[in-house]
Amino acid sequence: MVIPHRASADEPEAAIWAALAEVPDPEIPAISVVDLGVIHRVELAADRSTLRVELLPTFIGCPAIEIMREAIGIRLGELGVAERVEVMLTFAEPWTSDRITPAGREQLRSSGFAPPPHLRDLGALGQLPTLTVVPCPYCGSRQTTLENPFGPTLCRAIYHCAGCRQPFEAFKPI
Amino acid sequence: MTELKAATRDALAELLLTLADDEFVLGFWDSEWTGIAPMLEEDVATSSIAQDEIGHAKAWYELLAELTDDDADRIAYGREPEAYRHAALMNHPRTDWAFTVARRFLYETADAVRLEALSRSSHPGIAGLAAKMRREETYHLLHWSAWMRRLAEGDETRARIVAALERLWPDAEAIFSPLAGEAALVATGILPDGLAAFRAAWHERTATELRGLGLPVPIGYAPMPTEGRTLRTDDFRWLWGEFTSVARAEPGATW
Repeated sequence: MVIPHRASADEPEAAIWAALAEVPDPEIPAISVVDLGVIHRVELAADRSTLRVELLPTFIGCPAIEIMREAIGIRLGELGVAERVEVMLTFAEPWTSDRITPAGREQLRSSGFAPPPHLRDLGALGQLPTLTVVPCPYCGSRQTTLENPFGPTLCRAIYHCAGCRQPFEAFKPI
Repeated sequence: MTELKAATRDALAELLLTLADDEFVLGFWDSEWTGIAPMLEEDVATSSIAQDEIGHAKAWYELLAELTDDDADRIAYGREPEAYRHAALMNHPRTDWAFTVARRFLYETADAVRLEALSRSSHPGIAGLAAKMRREETYHLLHWSAWMRRLAEGDETRARIVAALERLWPDAEAIFSPLAGEAALVATGILPDGLAAFRAAWHERTATELRGLGLPVPIGYAPMPTEGRTLRTDDFRWLWGEFTSVARAEPGATW
């Protein structure tokens, strides 16, 4: 999905995706909005009048989405590939935690957040978080327990690791 | 979506307002538990769920604002208490924990039925939002069902939950109050079915869950309250005073 970074006036799409990959998630800056999977669509008008980007919010009530929206508008504005940049939210399809890229999962882990279990490994959405193993992002132990499916932000849950005896946060599967 | 007839548009606006106000008012009531829930984990959970609901309300208000060429904040904060259209279930204060759990249980089961139907709406904006909300609400329903089970097991807590269910059930019926112009919404597929059908599905689902918990199903089925979405209480007027205080103190402020 991400076109390799080769910024050139002849290849605006590549430059756009590369610029998007530089915009961090405001709550977990180690991961970019591209790796988080929130970019639904990028559309550059043929006459380059408008560059339109559609975002899928991770959670509907996520307060970070407005900050992302602004940051994306500013970064793409700097590119100068279109006269006008529009950054919109859409619910045309639901963002799910499976949209986080493999690189994004690694970035989450290295900043101390366990990546979400893959939805395909879970049963029905109704049996979500309790029935699966979430390895500790610090020590890798699988001896972990869910303390609270709700955490300090809408997208995070709180776990405890019996290996290193520390609490940690995990991205919720959704 | 093709151009809507004026009658359908009005009915759609009414539907969106009911969806938004339900989530908005409930979110504000539950946010009152922040800091004083029965345990620390519950502070976090209730606050997170309340924040989800306010977020859902915002999304519905924005859809409504787009339809009526209005402003979402104006709709949320700029009305008199009598103009809110939440179901009577949300007229009550938070009361005690059993009362809150009972209300959440009645609401979540009703909302699950409603969102399942709305995710099949012919209106793409409604269908998309409802599909996304269902994923989030799954967590809420699990959470409140676990609390129902916990409270159903103790003597005093069971008595409190039974009393709260009896008190709240008639007002929960109001979630499915018929809407003016509902027929137009069904005819266009915006509502995949009439609200009476949602109500029947909710009855069945709730009764099954309550029987599973060994709890009585209150009073058979209450009649639909006639002012289920229009009667406002002093308790709600107090909450309205709280949640509009900033908007009224600094009209038009942005933050």
